[in-house]
Amino acid sequence: MAGTNTQIAGSGVFGSSIRRREDPELITGQAKYTDDLQLPGMVYCTILRSPYAHAKIQSIDTSQAQAMDGVLGVFTAKDIAESGTPGAIPVGWLLPDMKIPDHQMLAADTTRYVGDGVAMVVAEDQYTAHDALEMIWVDYAALDGIADPKKATAEGAPLVHEEAPRNIAFDWEIGDKEKTDAAFVNATHIASLDLVNNRLIPNAMEPRAALADYNSITGELMLYMTTQNPHIHRLLMSLASLGLPEHKIRVIAPEVGGGFGSKIHHYADEALTAWASMQVGRPVKWTATRTETYLTDAHGRDHVTHAQLALDEDGKFIGLRVETYAAMGAYLSTFAPAVPTYLYGTLMSGEYDLPAIHCHVYGVFTHTVPVDAYRGAGRPEATFVVERLVDEAARVSGIDPAELRRRNFVAPDNFPYATQVALEYDSGNYEGALDKALATIGYDDFRKEQTAARAQGRYLGLGLSAYIEACGLAPSAVVGSLGAQAGQWESAVVRVHATGKVTLYSGCSGHGQGHETTFAQIVASELGVPYEDIDVVEGDTGAMPHGWGTYGSRSAATGGSAIASAARKVVDKARTIAAHLLEAAPEDLEFEDGKFYVKGSPDQVQTLPDVALQAYLAHNLPKGIEPALEATSFYDPANFVFPFGTHVAIVEVCPATGQVRLQRYLAVDDVGNVINPMIVDGQVHGGIAQGVGQSLFETAVYDENANLLSGTMLDYAVPKAHFLPSFETDRTVTPCPHNPLGVKGVGEAGTIASPAAVVNAVVDALSPFGVSHIDMPVTPEKVWNAMHGSAENQ
Amino acid sequence: MGISIEVEINGTNVSKEVEPRHLLVHFLREELGLTGTKIGCDTSQCGSCTILLDGQAVKSCTVLAVQADGSSVTTIEGVANGAYHPVQQAFWDNHGLQCGYCTPGMIISCVDLLETNPQPSEEEIRHGLEGNLCRCTGYHNIVRAVQDAAEAMNA
Repeated sequence: MAGTNTQIAGSGVFGSSIRRREDPELITGQAKYTDDLQLPGMVYCTILRSPYAHAKIQSIDTSQAQAMDGVLGVFTAKDIAESGTPGAIPVGWLLPDMKIPDHQMLAADTTRYVGDGVAMVVAEDQYTAHDALEMIWVDYAALDGIADPKKATAEGAPLVHEEAPRNIAFDWEIGDKEKTDAAFVNATHIASLDLVNNRLIPNAMEPRAALADYNSITGELMLYMTTQNPHIHRLLMSLASLGLPEHKIRVIAPEVGGGFGSKIHHYADEALTAWASMQVGRPVKWTATRTETYLTDAHGRDHVTHAQLALDEDGKFIGLRVETYAAMGAYLSTFAPAVPTYLYGTLMSGEYDLPAIHCHVYGVFTHTVPVDAYRGAGRPEATFVVERLVDEAARVSGIDPAELRRRNFVAPDNFPYATQVALEYDSGNYEGALDKALATIGYDDFRKEQTAARAQGRYLGLGLSAYIEACGLAPSAVVGSLGAQAGQWESAVVRVHATGKVTLYSGCSGHGQGHETTFAQIVASELGVPYEDIDVVEGDTGAMPHGWGTYGSRSAATGGSAIASAARKVVDKARTIAAHLLEAAPEDLEFEDGKFYVKGSPDQVQTLPDVALQAYLAHNLPKGIEPALEATSFYDPANFVFPFGTHVAIVEVCPATGQVRLQRYLAVDDVGNVINPMIVDGQVHGGIAQGVGQSLFETAVYDENANLLSGTMLDYAVPKAHFLPSFETDRTVTPCPHNPLGVKGVGEAGTIASPAAVVNAVVDALSPFGVSHIDMPVTPEKVWNAMHGSAENQ
Repeated sequence: MGISIEVEINGTNVSKEVEPRHLLVHFLREELGLTGTKIGCDTSQCGSCTILLDGQAVKSCTVLAVQADGSSVTTIEGVANGAYHPVQQAFWDNHGLQCGYCTPGMIISCVDLLETNPQPSEEEIRHGLEGNLCRCTGYHNIVRAVQDAAEAMNA
């Protein structure tokens, strides 16, 4: 569906598929990403990385590199320590009794994953900076490493950190174990699955980069970087890594080429780049090669899980228990501890009325790249557990999977619904989305087609995934009580200029989501001024109040709510001024399409630009009203938001090769009110592609010594265009009841729902072979083995 | 030691000395400031650096600058004859991009695809773009954009 670009003022702008205003610069190559920037005198840095998963550094000889023409400096951990810079890379989420190993910008004496930084070169040009890495001589004593999170907890496994016995970073549980175990005693049917949620590499198309410019005279650091949250990066740079005062650091996100979580986290590399600028007194740029992004961008998922669902004789769910070993990697990344705990265990009720749940999670150190939030972050893993179990329960009970879901949904009149795992679902209509999905896909007809196809030796399968997510991060006091070392409110400044034009400053920081378009749609809708008269500014700690950035499907729900709140404050103030000008009481005024008028007298109006001009002139303001017309909001949500829906995958499995072909993919999502349907559909498409990627193609592979085998784009299967079909999208609308716009979030829905839908479809296709499960990615080899009775991979 | 090359870039003749090992993509980005051409990988998989070299789509990370001597190069900055090339217009109209990073290379590949196959089927579009990765769109709207551009260019 093509968007439109007509002049849209006031009413109607919210909910329109306006073409994105971001695009002209992007399609013409004019937009500037971090690596596109050049500063006078700029030099380049590169980082030498450990080729061993686990090794003692016995010595480092930098002299030859140092002596090369064009090399300005070669630095190691010793130099950082001697500079007096704190140099720490902190974790921002604390769980009780969690082991928190020291993490420094460069490894001093031990490397703990392939890719761990060991030394840094600063040179006049990037070719020299890369050449010089080859001239640094490091004497390593290799040690045993381990990459599997469950095996890492065995006695005698190589330790990542001495202070964490059995490599356990934390041991966390939620729910009621006793009650849940009791439910299993009384169960008629029990579905049991061993699941591996495969490790993923985010693969934002733009590699991470930073350009740092430290001014030793003013003590100010300008840091352009690939970030989803400039204020978080400024805070952690100041507090932990660089020790510079927060107000002397300005972090700017230029155009950012995708993130999917990977640009939330605070990494050593960007901090090192800033530190290098402080050392050499020149602007310094660092740009990751793709291989470096594979070795340093926080990975996602990597769970080993045993899960069981108990059913009574009517097919009602009576208990769910889950045990998960979740890899943390070599260090605790910024928000890593939250991902397999509060973003995972709390989602175990799915869309279901489940009276007893227990979820036990071990966070485990491994000799691998750290694991942290990647699109969906915990919720895809939870959905995979719940929705795979529901299909397995359908298989063992003989109840149709759609019917089994329907029988167990939280009913529409049962909201708010308090789950057994700490969330209160505020609204939902799960059956509505399921019904729509089944009708669109033609469920009954498909079953007939499936039967007929089997008779011809063709194997079709249909998989359902009825998902829920908690997003719109997040009520600050709630996340604080759970261990977050951050707030999760969001800021907005709506500034109406004297001419009635508007600049919006948001604390979110988009990187492909289209905020400049959708946020302007919100402001236009609230203020009744033309969409074209509104500019949106994001991603600059020097320009706007503190904000927490863009991740966790929070920008519309939390950032958008801040925008609406600020705009409404502007309207309130404008109303007071307009009333004064119209010689009426504020409460007697109507505000419609940007115009104030006295009720019943729509001919005499004060437009918002009229009021703005008077507010700036300040010649005739009501008593007690300050000049100018702008407002700031710091919006802290009352609850998470809870998008939900049903996704359906239809696959055909080739019995000769084991190849899975995704024939149809339908998403019925409920993301509440929709600001821009074209953009929402786009988010769903991209999310589905990443989830289908996980289920059929992508996986990060470590060998038994914890070497990353899938270390380049040659070895890691980012889906190509011909791997995927076109997608079908549809919606139901259940507005969020607790925020001013009734919006939820859409950025992660596709990634959360789709892995379970696809794997359920494959298992359904293979049901004549008695297959109960295949681990992701569902490759032809695994499918073929499953069809031919090999116990492995089932 | 530098080697002199002459290249026609977006219709303008450029003479420069380049290091023999310098990649064409670095020449375009660093020497000429044509940063619309992106670098997304180091193994020639992603296609973010795709340009037209003598009218054919190539990955400029896999061409040395010296190999372009005597050739003509079209980058995203020079692809339009007017405000937007029909493929650029179609990407905008169909929401064929999100973060925009793969977009310049993707658009150049689409221009090349439609040059060789003016009326591609969906399957031909998907296979025709196999040298370009996009992580945001799931390709859904990129396919729509190519179909739309084909229609506009054949009109």
